[in-house]
Amino acid sequence: MSDTRRNVLVRGSTLLGSLALAGCTDLSNKPWVQNALGEVENLTRVAQRLFAGGHSLAPEYSKADVARMFRANGTLNPGTNDYAMHLANDFKDWVIPVGGLVEKPLKLSLVDLRRMPPRTQITRHDCVEGWSCIGEWTGAPLAPILAMARPKPEARYVMFYCADPMGNGALDAGGHIIPPPYYYESLDLLEATHPQTILAYDLNGKPLPVENGAPIRVRAERQLGYKMPKYVQKIDLVDSFTRIGGGKGGYWEDQGYQWYGGI
Amino acid sequence: MADVTQGNAETEPSWWDGLMDTLRERLGLAPRERKPQYIFYRHPVPVRLLHWLNAIIMLVMLMSGLQIFNAHPMLYWGNAADFDHPFISLTAEGTQEHFWGVTKIGPWTFNTDGWLGASGTNGVQTVRGFPEWATLPPESPNLALGRLWHFAFAWLLVTNALAYFGYILFARRYKELVPTGDDIRHLPHEIVTHAKLQFPKGEAARHYNGLQRLTYFVVLFVLGPLIVLTGLTMSPTIDSVFPFLVWVFGGRQSARTIHFLVAFSFVGFFIVHMLALFLSAPINGLRSMITGWFAIEKDAP
Repeated sequence: MSDTRRNVLVRGSTLLGSLALAGCTDLSNKPWVQNALGEVENLTRVAQRLFAGGHSLAPEYSKADVARMFRANGTLNPGTNDYAMHLANDFKDWVIPVGGLVEKPLKLSLVDLRRMPPRTQITRHDCVEGWSCIGEWTGAPLAPILAMARPKPEARYVMFYCADPMGNGALDAGGHIIPPPYYYESLDLLEATHPQTILAYDLNGKPLPVENGAPIRVRAERQLGYKMPKYVQKIDLVDSFTRIGGGKGGYWEDQGYQWYGGI
Repeated sequence: MADVTQGNAETEPSWWDGLMDTLRERLGLAPRERKPQYIFYRHPVPVRLLHWLNAIIMLVMLMSGLQIFNAHPMLYWGNAADFDHPFISLTAEGTQEHFWGVTKIGPWTFNTDGWLGASGTNGVQTVRGFPEWATLPPESPNLALGRLWHFAFAWLLVTNALAYFGYILFARRYKELVPTGDDIRHLPHEIVTHAKLQFPKGEAARHYNGLQRLTYFVVLFVLGPLIVLTGLTMSPTIDSVFPFLVWVFGGRQSARTIHFLVAFSFVGFFIVHMLALFLSAPINGLRSMITGWFAIEKDAP
């Protein structure tokens, strides 16, 4: 093959390659493509609910399977003055209000939660990134708490608001500080009343370490890790989350992750 | 063309052969010697349509899968991740300013800079498992978008596969794909002749040979279901309904590792598929998957 012809071929294939690459980027960035792909989340949710519409239990493991160090991901310490004060005070004044669309709003201290019939489960934590880690969680099941608060008929989702700010915020064009969003998440009532959905206060028999969400984190064992918020500060029942935060039902959902975290 | 589907009709050289002959003549190449041949209708419309759809779907599945893998480019065995001892890892070594990609498999470490572990993203050296030309979307990390592509096309993949299985069952074409006892007995011989690039000619090429049947059987009926089931096993909700899946695959991380290995078995199949095509009769093979017609050289009388 002559040199020029080879050059043409090489250049041609490089060009084709970059076109394909650019095509993928462009296609991926088109709103209609993302919307179409996002629709599939509904299909996946409906299909999984067809099988797991009840309260099928996530597999539980034995003590021998528990990881020596439970992997901590995301926020490792909320780092706010408020949180530091609570930490120094052993979270004695940490009170979680349960409100929104309920007949009887509650205020739950850690003592209240520890007084409720506990549930201990050794379960596998599946991170959206792909890794898994097994830990023993103890906490107060959410279903009886919701039953006490008596959700109104129009309540559809349970919102969890957390104490950890995500990032350092930003400056807008006028130089004003835009505060960072705080982590938040939501579960629908089916997942929230699942027997393995608990407000966990112990990990491996000891109070939750800070990096794992002290003093309270949600465990929802049929979901991925990002659906189980740490540092839970407030619980609200709502009929829709479209006007909360970025409108997608959670911090990571607002960054493009699926609201349905069962897969 | 009378009753060509029976495979008995003699054919004039096809328009394609005519074109090729003209080209060879213009390029001053010696005319190709051609034995008398006939063509027969090898691949009906549904097979061809589903084949090409499958090719596109598999490409999207692979590239979006590599994007997802990049979020945690390590593989483990068992239920949970043993972070200190991955079975395979694609990572970077060096300093914040100067780092290079390495691939670790068991006790072995390879420098795979520019390919695996670290490579350029928009021209800037980045810590990333697979390089930008291999992932969908190309930039990394973009796990959220990778998952959207992967799960959307997973539905298409399964739909396409079910349509294909339904068709070959309905049209009784699965007989061409199920290996016989003879196929297994002749396997060593087949491997040797294939390795010598001696491909079946004449009437023998009308049907899949033993090695082809075995390969297609494994790809369609073993690797296919395996990649779907290991994929589903990674879903915590699916695991709550079908806990035996977790048990069968030896844990969620094992399922993830098998998913990855099967994906690369498909890549291996694709490479062999392409080699077999280009080393045997590329035009004839490609044409048969586009138009359906496959030419058979008549055996010498």
